[in-house]
Amino acid sequence: MSKEIHEYIEKKLNELIGVLPESIIEELRVKLKEIPDLSKDEVDKIIKLTVREYRNALVEPGEAVGTVAAQSIGEPSTQMTLRTFHYAGVREFNVTLGLPRLIEIVDARKTPSTPMMTVYLDEEHKYDEQKAKEVARRIEVTKVENVVSSIETDLFENIIRITLDPVMLKDKGLTPEQVLKIIEKIKLGAEEITLNYEDNKPVIIVKFAGEPEAAKLSKAREKIMSAKIKGVKGIKRVIVQRRDHEGKTEYVLITDGSNLAGVLGVKGVDPTKTTTNSISEIESVLGIEAAREAIIREIKGVLDEQGLDVDIRHIMLVADIMTWTGRVRQVGRHGVTGEKESVLARAAFEVTVRHLYDAAARGELDELKGVTENVIVGQVVPVGTGMVTLQMKPSITRKAGSN
Amino acid sequence: MVRKFNVLEHELVPVHEVLDVREALRILKQLRVRPEKLPWIRESDPAAKSIDAKPGDIVRIIRKSHTAKKAISYRYVVTG
Repeated sequence: MSKEIHEYIEKKLNELIGVLPESIIEELRVKLKEIPDLSKDEVDKIIKLTVREYRNALVEPGEAVGTVAAQSIGEPSTQMTLRTFHYAGVREFNVTLGLPRLIEIVDARKTPSTPMMTVYLDEEHKYDEQKAKEVARRIEVTKVENVVSSIETDLFENIIRITLDPVMLKDKGLTPEQVLKIIEKIKLGAEEITLNYEDNKPVIIVKFAGEPEAAKLSKAREKIMSAKIKGVKGIKRVIVQRRDHEGKTEYVLITDGSNLAGVLGVKGVDPTKTTTNSISEIESVLGIEAAREAIIREIKGVLDEQGLDVDIRHIMLVADIMTWTGRVRQVGRHGVTGEKESVLARAAFEVTVRHLYDAAARGELDELKGVTENVIVGQVVPVGTGMVTLQMKPSITRKAGSN
Repeated sequence: MVRKFNVLEHELVPVHEVLDVREALRILKQLRVRPEKLPWIRESDPAAKSIDAKPGDIVRIIRKSHTAKKAISYRYVVTG
C-alpha cells in the first residue's frame, strides 16, 4: 500500500474522533490497512458506510432501554443455579455466586455475605512466595488465641497461665516478647504479667491482686484470647495464590473478609490494583465512579461464571442508574427511585383500593406522565414514537402564509 | 502504617477533572441540560475531594469504556 493512501486513511480517521467511538476507529484502522490497493474514493465510501451503520445501531430516542435491560438480565437470571456456594478460583473459599450474589449487588447491601478481597502486591513482593507470605502475615488478623497451645485459669493462686505454641509463633512470625507486650497493653487490672520458660515452652502468667473471682478471671481470659496481635481488622484468613501470567509467576493474596481502607495502607500491597467484592467499601474509599465500575464488573462476573451471555451495555445502564445520585442506591421492588409519583401507577402495582382511597383522601393529582397511568386511561404511552409531540410557532405560519 | 494514597491512581477510578466555568457552560449548552439533570457526585466523594471539586462544579469523567474504549461523562458536584 502506498504511503500516500496511508496518510489519507490516517487523516480521514482523525476526522472521525468524536463521531465514532475510539474502539470502532481502531478497528477500522486495522481493517483498512489489511486491504491492498485501496483508492481514496473507496476509503471514503468505507468510512461513510461505517458511520451510517454506526448511527443506525444507536439507540433511538424514546427507546425503553430500562425495560429492555431488565428483560435482558432477568431472563438469563431465571436459568441461574440457585445453589449459593461455589468456589471462585480458590478452592479454599466458598464465595456467594449466582442469583443470591446478583440480588445482593442490586440490593446495594452494606456488606456482602462472603466479603473477599484480591490483594495485589508491589514489585518487591509479588514475584517471591516468601515475601508474599510476609505481606499475608501483615494483613491476616492474628489473635492471641491463634498462638496459644493452652490456657488455664487458676482460682487458688488467682492467675491465668497462657502457654504459647512455638510452632504457631514461628508460622506467624512472632516472638513471645511481642505477645507479652500485647497482653500488657490490655486493660485487665492485673497486678503482674511475666514471661517464663517451662520445658522450653514460653508461658505467660497473668497475676491478679485481691480476692479471686471466677467471673473476673474468665472475663479477663476472654479479653486476652480475643486480643489482636497484628493484622488488618476484618481479614479472617489470607491465602497466597500463584498466578502464571505470560511466563511470569506472580503471587496474589486472596482474603476471607474485607477491609479495603486498611489493606491499602499495608506495606507491600499494590494500592492501585487491590480490590474487594464489597461495593459499599469501594464507594466510601474510592468514590462513586469506582463503585459504578465495581458494580459492572461484579454483575458481569456473576453472569460469566454461570455461562450467561448478557450484553454489557445493559449492565452498564443498571450501574449508571444505581450511582446516579452520587451514592449507590438499590434497585428494589419499586425500582430505583422508591415509590412512584403517580397514584394510578401505584394502584396498578399492589393493594389497589388502598392506594385509591388514600389518594382520594389526600386529593392527589395524577399528571399522567408515566407509562402505566396512560395504559390505564387508554392513551398513547410516552415511549418511543409516543414521546414526541408536535410544536408549532404560529408566527412562522403567518409569515409563510403571507408570502 | 497508613500511607498517603491518591484514589485517582486506583485502577477502578477513572480520570476526574473539574471544568472551568466557560467549559462547563459550553458542555451544558451542548447537552441541552440544566446541571442538576446530570448525574451527581458528592462533595465528600473521595475522588471529588482529591481534585478539590466544590458544589456547583461540573466534573468531567473520562472512563475506560468496555465498549467504546474511551467514554466521556459528566457529573454535577452536590453537597453531602
